[in-house]
Amino acid sequence: MSVTVLYFASLRDAAGVDSEVLDRPESLAALYQSLRARHGFSLAPERLRVAIDGAFSDWDATVSDGAEIAFMPPVSGG
Amino acid sequence: MRAFRIAEAPFEIATERLRLLAHQAGAYVSFEGWVRDNNEGRAVIALAYAAYQVLAEAEGNRIVDEAKARFDILDAACVHRIGRLELGELAVWVGVSAGHRDEAFSACRWIIDQVKSRVPIWKREHYAEGSEEWLHP
Repeated sequence: MSVTVLYFASLRDAAGVDSEVLDRPESLAALYQSLRARHGFSLAPERLRVAIDGAFSDWDATVSDGAEIAFMPPVSGG
Repeated sequence: MRAFRIAEAPFEIATERLRLLAHQAGAYVSFEGWVRDNNEGRAVIALAYAAYQVLAEAEGNRIVDEAKARFDILDAACVHRIGRLELGELAVWVGVSAGHRDEAFSACRWIIDQVKSRVPIWKREHYAEGSEEWLHP
């Protein structure tokens, strides 16, 4: 009944870890809201993209047990 | 070799370019992104790139596939570095082969623009005054 959350870039710095195993959340939005409060993430959810199990996802996607969730800040490659 | 890949160490452009050679090609256009010593008025001394590698490679390969569908080109490839890079180092390379130069130029420009806006890679700038910052444009 858990999920793995991956952090990248400024979210990784703020969280202080690459990833965490957490209880399965009701929704991605609820999960990010709780993480934001706990880790002090400054980025609003509107600025993030989310992925589940290595593929881009919608914020309203269902979160299954064992899912690997990534919250991704605006990208800056190139 | 996949059309888009993440490289953890410096790579040879000559090797990448060989993959695009074809007798039907009359044109080859490439783009190199280099580490520059300044950004928005601040002196930069080095960069570090990080990626969500599995998704970056999937999205990068989708971009190359889309380019092949949108433009009349023969082949395309892209390699993006991660890790710490010094000034002048090669951060990203795009290569496109085509029958004619117009489509090669257009596709090369389109691919680098898409990579910059869609692929989950992040740049951390190290500034001369000692601070560091992730860029989240």
